[in-house]
Formats: sequence, C-alpha cells, structure tokens
Amino acid sequence: MEDNPTSWFMRITVTILFLFLLAPVLLVFPISFSGDQILAFPPSSWSLRWYEALLGNNVMMSAFLTSLGLASVVTVLSLIIAIPASYAIVRLKVTGSEFLFNLFTAPLLLPTIVLGLAILIIFASMGLLATFTGLVIGHLVITLPYALRVLSVSLGNLSLACEEAASSLGAKPLAVFGKVTLPMMAPGIVAATALCFLVSFDEVVITLFLTGPRMTTLPVELFHHVESQADPLVASVSVLLILMTLAVVMIVDRTMGLTKAMASGRAVSMSTVADAT
Amino acid sequence: MTTATFDMPVGAQKPSSTAGIAVALLLPIALVNAIGFILPVFNLARMSFNEALPGGGIAEAFTAANWTGLLQDSFYIELILNSIMVSLGITLATLLVSYPIALYLHRASGAWRTFLTVLVISPLLTSAVVRTYGWIALLAEQGPVANVIASMGFQPPRMMFNTTGVVIGLTEILMPYMILSLMAGFGRLDPKVEEAARTLGATPFRTFWRVILPLTLPGIALGCLLCFVLSISSFITPKLMGGGRVFLLATEIYDQAIVTLNWPLAATLSMLVLIIFGAALAVYSRVLRMIEG
Repeated sequence: MEDNPTSWFMRITVTILFLFLLAPVLLVFPISFSGDQILAFPPSSWSLRWYEALLGNNVMMSAFLTSLGLASVVTVLSLIIAIPASYAIVRLKVTGSEFLFNLFTAPLLLPTIVLGLAILIIFASMGLLATFTGLVIGHLVITLPYALRVLSVSLGNLSLACEEAASSLGAKPLAVFGKVTLPMMAPGIVAATALCFLVSFDEVVITLFLTGPRMTTLPVELFHHVESQADPLVASVSVLLILMTLAVVMIVDRTMGLTKAMASGRAVSMSTVADAT
Repeated sequence: MTTATFDMPVGAQKPSSTAGIAVALLLPIALVNAIGFILPVFNLARMSFNEALPGGGIAEAFTAANWTGLLQDSFYIELILNSIMVSLGITLATLLVSYPIALYLHRASGAWRTFLTVLVISPLLTSAVVRTYGWIALLAEQGPVANVIASMGFQPPRMMFNTTGVVIGLTEILMPYMILSLMAGFGRLDPKVEEAARTLGATPFRTFWRVILPLTLPGIALGCLLCFVLSISSFITPKLMGGGRVFLLATEIYDQAIVTLNWPLAATLSMLVLIIFGAALAVYSRVLRMIEG
C-alpha cells in the first residue's frame, strides 16, 4: 500500500462507513446486558435481568418454540419438494424447463408486502390464517425458490460421468439417484438446508399477515414488541436470534468443509459408483 | 450384464415414461406455487377491482373506483410521490456510503478481503427487526448520536419518528445489497487502467472522475435499481422508525389490510407498487443501454 494522503483518506472513510454499517447490530449486545428499566445507551448499570425476563416471558418463549418447529418442518419439506423438482428440471430437461424454473423462483421477485397481502386474502377464504399449516405453506412459497436455485446449480455442476458409469454397470435409475447423484449433491443440500432454515426462521413480513394471537413466531412477536415498547428485552431476544444464525452458519461451514474434503478424493465417488451397482 | 446395458445413459428410458416421472417430480412444487403464488397474485389483481363496503365488507364488482379514487385523492397522490422521493433519496444515500467500501473491497486481496466481505454480508443474516431496533437505540432522543451532537455544541435534531430516521435506518439496511451489486459490476475496473491514468499525469480526482466512475456505471445502475425497488417496498423499518407518523406505500398497504380492513384499496396500492417496479426496471434497462452503447 502506498502511503500517500489519498490512501489514508480512503482508509479512514472506509473505517467510518464500516462502523455505520455494523453499529446497529453490534449495539444490541451491550444493551442486552443493561440493568436499566428502559432502553438507554450506554446503560447506567449492567445485569442479566433481561435474559431472566426473556426466560420468564411465556409469549416470547412459546413464539421461539413455534419458530423453531416451523423452520424445521419448512426446511424438511423444502428439501423433499425441491430435490425431485431440481432433478426433473436439470437432469430430465423436461420441455419448458427454463420457463418452469423461472415460474418456481418468481415469488422472490415480488415484494414481501405484496406477496403477504395476496396470501392473506386467499388464506382467509381457506381458513388457513393463524394456523401452523398456513404458516408452513406461506413459508414454503419463499423457501422453495432458494432451495430450487441452490440445488439446481449444485446438480448442474455435477459431471454426468459417475451417473453414466453406474447405470452402464446395470444400476436401476432409482439406485443411481439414491447412491450416486444424491451423495454427490451433499454440499448443495447442506447449503439449501441452512438457507431454508434461516429464511423461514427470520421471515417477518409475510408471517405478519398470517399470524394471529393464537399462533405467532419469534420475529413477529419481536416486531409487535418493538412497536409498543422498545425495552432492552428486545436486545436479549435479538442476541438469541443472532446466535441462532451464527450457529447455523458455523454448522454449514464445518459440514461443507468436511464434504468438500471428502469429495476431493476421487476414490470416494468411484466407490459410491461401485456401491450402487 | 455390463455389455448389455453399456450404451444406455441415464434418462434415456422411453420418452413417455420420462414425461410421467417428470410430472410426478414437479407436482408438489407446482402445487405450492399455485396455492401460494399464482392464485393469490391473480386474486389480488382481481381484488383491486372489487368494491369496498364500510366496515370491512367487500362487494364482488368490476369497478375502477379504487383506481380513480386513488388518483383523485390528494392524500394518496402525496403518499405515492413522497414514497418515490424518499426511496430515491435512500438510494442515493446508500450509493454514496457504499461506493467507497465497494471500491476498497475490490482493491483488497486475500484473507483481508474475505474477512471484510463476511463483515459486509453478516448484517444480511440479521433480521431487519433487530437492525431497526439498533437504530432506535442509536437515534433515540437521549441516545448516543444525539449526545455526540449535543457535546459538539449543536442542538440535536429529531431523528426518530420522522423521515430522517427512516432514511438513516434504511440506508444502512440496504448497504450490503448495494455493496454486493457494485462489486459485481466492478469486474471491468482493471488496476492497470488507473495506473496508466496516474502515470500520464492525471490527478487522483481526475482519475476517479474520468476513468473509475465511467467504468463502474453498470454496477451503480444495478445497485440503484435494487435499492430503489427494495426501499419502496420496505415495511419493517418505516413502520417501526416512523412511529405511525411517516406514511409510505408499504406501511399504507399494511394499515389498509390489517387495521382498516379495506382489502380492495390495499390490493390497488399493491398493484401500484408492482407498476412502479416495472417502471424502475424500464428506466434501468434504458440507462444500461445508454452506458453500454
């Protein structure tokens, strides 16, 4: 790096802008340890009272459990639905597969406020509002496009050689898929799993239209709480949300690193071919 | 056994059975797409031509009353213009604060670049509610930002429950999108070209204005399109930081749908957002053609 005034000016500017970008997220951590009754920064004293308040808050805790269950169900269903779909689009190359891919990923192009309202009106007539089923379908609408995109890219990048070898050795199509294609898609499946879980767990706008007092998720409950009173309880819930995301990202990083290391040895994929036949 | 099936590659079964399998594989995703996307969106478009009755009732009709009413009501005209102006302002502010970071990242290399890129992406993984709450803490009346301004001897302005707060919050929230778009468009920016300009005697400012900026215009156009579209449809931040005093398209859609229960009007406003999306896309492709051509 050259040490002229321009580069120093650039570095200082970039540092300030990074602070601006990260300040609101970083601020949540100290506030969650506040000992004050109301939101203030810096807090006048420190304590764990807002974490205790969170554990004692039945509404928040049950919303957290709902979110956890919802995200898990949505993730599993997304994989079950999107893996066959990506196979049909990428491998079987059905007629109009490009159109189908665009159609199935189109929900991501709509603003969530419009999509949320549209789903609300339809679900109201079907009696699906404030039900677990309604939330699952609502979330699938936006997790499936992500899953389909990630899985199609993953499948498209795989060389056909192993699958062809397995089927030429006499493996049935289903065995080829189960014992060759699916294991080789593992990195894509892990990425899709993480993405679907995070998208579902963090979704607010569409969920806001579909929840009610009977059934609510953590981000929605958090939104309503901030709307009425922005106390440090929000900070402790936020820390919980951030740690959750961090955990998912780290799990993916570890598994992906692992699968990549495993896939790098050609021996592994060759042995799966042998296994399938 | 091996020789018998040797030249039969995967997916080369009889065409009719392949089609049958494909339909079966695509049926679940098509079902979700139909129930959760196609049907709701067409129904929403239809809803904008229904008649709203007082008290949340809806009369099946085919009237343009919602549309004409919207364009004759000065409150809504102002709301629409205000939404567009605020979104343009947010887009410009986001561009100004994102450009230096994107340029710096483009020039960085190795682990440092990876680390900074992770820092840029990490806010994207944090809920908009959490980040908006962070801004509420920062910009509150006795908050840290107000204290810093007061300590410099100025009267701190009101930064919460007005447009200022919404602009600051959304600018920060949209920064990662802008930075990533800019970086995607910076591919044409070769350090050798900058070096050439500097060796030939151009000042840093002139190098930026005549070399760097023109080369990065496609990235700027993409980032601006994305940020404009995201800010005009954003809901969480305007709702929480506006405190019911900032009226924008997205917050009005929510209020009409949930509070007033006027679904035909909410549907009409939603369609309007989609029309603005289309217009923004048209402007973008024109601008792109101008840059490239």
